[in-house]
Amino acid sequence: MPDITVEVLRYQPDTAEAPYLESFTIPYTEDMSVLQGLQYIKDTVDGSLTYRWSCRMAICGSCGMMINGIPELACHTFLRDYAPGPIRVEALNHFPIERDLVIDATDFMEKFPKITPWIEPKVAKKPSEGEYLQTPAELERFEQFSHCINCMLCYAACPQYGLDKDFLGPGLTALLHRYNMDSRDGASAKRMELVHSEEGVWSCTAVGYCSEVCPKQVDPANAVNQNKTKSAVDWFTRFLPGSKP
Amino acid sequence: MKKRSNAPIYWSLFGAGGMLSALVGPGVVVALMSGKLDYARASAFAHNIVGKAFLFAIASLFLWHAAHRIFHAIHDFGIKPGFGSWLLCYGVALGGTIVAASSLLRIGF
Amino acid sequence: MSYIRPMEGWWKKNPFFLRYMAREATAVFVYLYGLLLVGGLVNLAAGEAAFNGWLAWLRSPVGVGFQLVCLAVFAYHTWSWFVIMPKTMPPVMVAGKRLKGSAITASGVVIALVASLVIFFLTVTP
Repeated sequence: MPDITVEVLRYQPDTAEAPYLESFTIPYTEDMSVLQGLQYIKDTVDGSLTYRWSCRMAICGSCGMMINGIPELACHTFLRDYAPGPIRVEALNHFPIERDLVIDATDFMEKFPKITPWIEPKVAKKPSEGEYLQTPAELERFEQFSHCINCMLCYAACPQYGLDKDFLGPGLTALLHRYNMDSRDGASAKRMELVHSEEGVWSCTAVGYCSEVCPKQVDPANAVNQNKTKSAVDWFTRFLPGSKP
Repeated sequence: MKKRSNAPIYWSLFGAGGMLSALVGPGVVVALMSGKLDYARASAFAHNIVGKAFLFAIASLFLWHAAHRIFHAIHDFGIKPGFGSWLLCYGVALGGTIVAASSLLRIGF
Repeated sequence: MSYIRPMEGWWKKNPFFLRYMAREATAVFVYLYGLLLVGGLVNLAAGEAAFNGWLAWLRSPVGVGFQLVCLAVFAYHTWSWFVIMPKTMPPVMVAGKRLKGSAITASGVVIALVASLVIFFLTVTP
């Protein structure tokens, strides 16, 4: 079996002051993901290696990390494409490192509820009145943005988030947009308040890397930049009678 | 209540300038390099209301587009753009706009 | 104690970011060219002699060099502008299907080419 060298950025706060690179040379097979490589290291070489994972099939969003400097899901990235290496694995960019490949996602988690990430019905209906109906065309308007798995690769990709943690960020703006675009929802005005602020869409400079790295093709760059136009139009028309936020 | 940003003003000027420079920028550069522009032609064009509008648009909007981009690029380099940066960027764009307008008005109809 | 990584030199570490910075850098030349145009209007308003002085600078080696650089930079601006433009737009439906970003980019570039040719011919033809 061929070997591959995996360089992991280790950070063990209880034993060392700063992160350091540690090299592991491991055997690999054609079908092994980077996640499986990490699991091999943890199981047979160094049990202290710490990382998050769950579904191992690119749907839970747990295993986001930097692989050769690019935000990727470890379960979705294959050792065969980097052999013989070295392949460099580091914790997700722009988040504080807690230990090894585990980051502190507090900022993302604290921002999450602020976007009102649920449907507040435009017209409240009792269950006895039946379901909220939606045509395929209405579904099409928001469906893409509902595919977000909260993996935060887009936050690792976004230099504006890296430079300024106040920025709402790509993923949450995409989710915000998902709800605004849903025909059943009536809470647009509340969400637009966030959008209109400096920390909303106006921190974005259309780098576009967020959409490049998104494993679910959510296209957060599109969500953010569509809302720039919305926000700008509203800025100019807000004092006109009959304008909707 | 989150404070509303006034970025839309700058961003709209940036967008207009960016679109204009993207569409006519290369053409204007080549036209001015052609050597076929002389005082007579330039003056005739500038006396015309359409000509005035076009000349004002390219002079002013190019500056507003560039100002916004440069201002934000300063931030990208890790520097918090202060009033000095604002003057160098938007201040110059504003100044250039005023000078362009007054020159075109002085040229008359 | 969590470790916070510095952002220093972030844009040098990924080709995507280098292209982004190149795109942003085009603004420096749009700025300088804008100032040149304002200068042109000031000199035009000042009269024939002044305007001829401005034209002479355009013909000078520095002037020609500057304009050639501007041409290349403006071409990159045109390209990168229409590459990012689809990202700013809501979905555009054509015959029941969503219009691809690449189609919008191509259209923009073609329109820019036509507009630039029109301006060139309007300037050079008597």
